[in-house]
Amino acid sequence: MHEHDHDHKHDHSHDHGHSHAHDHGHADDHTHNHDHHHYGQGPARAHAPGMSQSRMVQIEQDILGKNNEYAQHNRSRFIQQGILTLNLVSSPGSGKTTLLTRTLNDLKSEFPLAVIEGDQETSNDAERIRETGAPAIQINTGKGCHLDAHQVGHAVDHLDPAERSVLFIENVGNLVCPAAFDLGEAHKVAILSITEGEDKPIKYPDMFHAADLLLLNKIDLLPHLDFNVEQCIEYARRVNPGIQVLQLSATTGEGMDNWYQWIQLARQSRLIGFESKPAISAVKESA
Amino acid sequence: MHEMSLCEGILQVMQTEAQKQGFSQVKNVWLEIGDLAGVEVDAMLFSFDAVTRNSLADGAKLNIINIPGTAWCMQCGKNVPVTERFDACPECGSYQLQVTGGDEMRIKELEVE
Repeated sequence: MHEHDHDHKHDHSHDHGHSHAHDHGHADDHTHNHDHHHYGQGPARAHAPGMSQSRMVQIEQDILGKNNEYAQHNRSRFIQQGILTLNLVSSPGSGKTTLLTRTLNDLKSEFPLAVIEGDQETSNDAERIRETGAPAIQINTGKGCHLDAHQVGHAVDHLDPAERSVLFIENVGNLVCPAAFDLGEAHKVAILSITEGEDKPIKYPDMFHAADLLLLNKIDLLPHLDFNVEQCIEYARRVNPGIQVLQLSATTGEGMDNWYQWIQLARQSRLIGFESKPAISAVKESA
Repeated sequence: MHEMSLCEGILQVMQTEAQKQGFSQVKNVWLEIGDLAGVEVDAMLFSFDAVTRNSLADGAKLNIINIPGTAWCMQCGKNVPVTERFDACPECGSYQLQVTGGDEMRIKELEVE
């Protein structure tokens, strides 16, 4: 194989701190692309100069089809292992990392937790998350504006979250692009702080449409701001009549119990009918 | 915006199809893009040229077929046109709409050689 100089810009940045031999596992994407002239391979076998053998090819494929395949693969894996995966999406500055850190600290004694950290601003944030003791892996998205399912699949391989755990994916702070990219999560959770405008749900309808839960953060600041909570919720329901809204403050802890209860119920629902396969160590012991 | 990633997705599909269907150059690409898909056509055209440079689709023309947004109104039971996800029903003013079309992002066909 000499596929080095091809010019694909794959946007899956792999965390190359690990010594996995990564061969860009898309079986058939890379060969032949630089052979611009496959003389003799055309169907018509007519290569007289100036003679075109152009033809139409029906494709009829979703542009995000590849991502969706990876997402489906991730999703099956999560279901098989009883892992509840939540994809946290927000604008920058919504208080997502503070919310996540507090959640990890408060829930770590309840069940196993893990974090995939995709926010590009956050080498500090990753540190804060690791301090909670939860296993975490950072995906370096570089200038990427979202995580994709392929990156997440690799991160899950490395992180190897425990069975029955809750896996949080902290997506890139961006309310546009992550809406389109399914990562295989059970739910998208949108975080909106009241320091942002109450009209964000209709400015970024795709994201609020895709989310199952909206966390309205920083409500401790309500007395100081001119933010209309009811109006914001009404906007969110316009783009997504079924969205659930919880008001909380990750700083003071107000309302966090409701969020934890939501996670517990979602996890229980994921675990209905789930039977863990016997752990390898247990098998060995009985053998 | 994620137009750049979408174009990378298109390139991947074209490369896979090039192998399957035995072509080496793409001249024209037709996409179906819905009004509600959140895609900026100008950004798409710009990104496409950048992403396909020196690939099998270098210089290919991107043609975008627009698909209008449509929704079904739960209140009045009609199919109605919409331009945004949060549009009210033009018939009865309800926001209880189920989008039924216009969120497509599909590669329809290619002209190749």
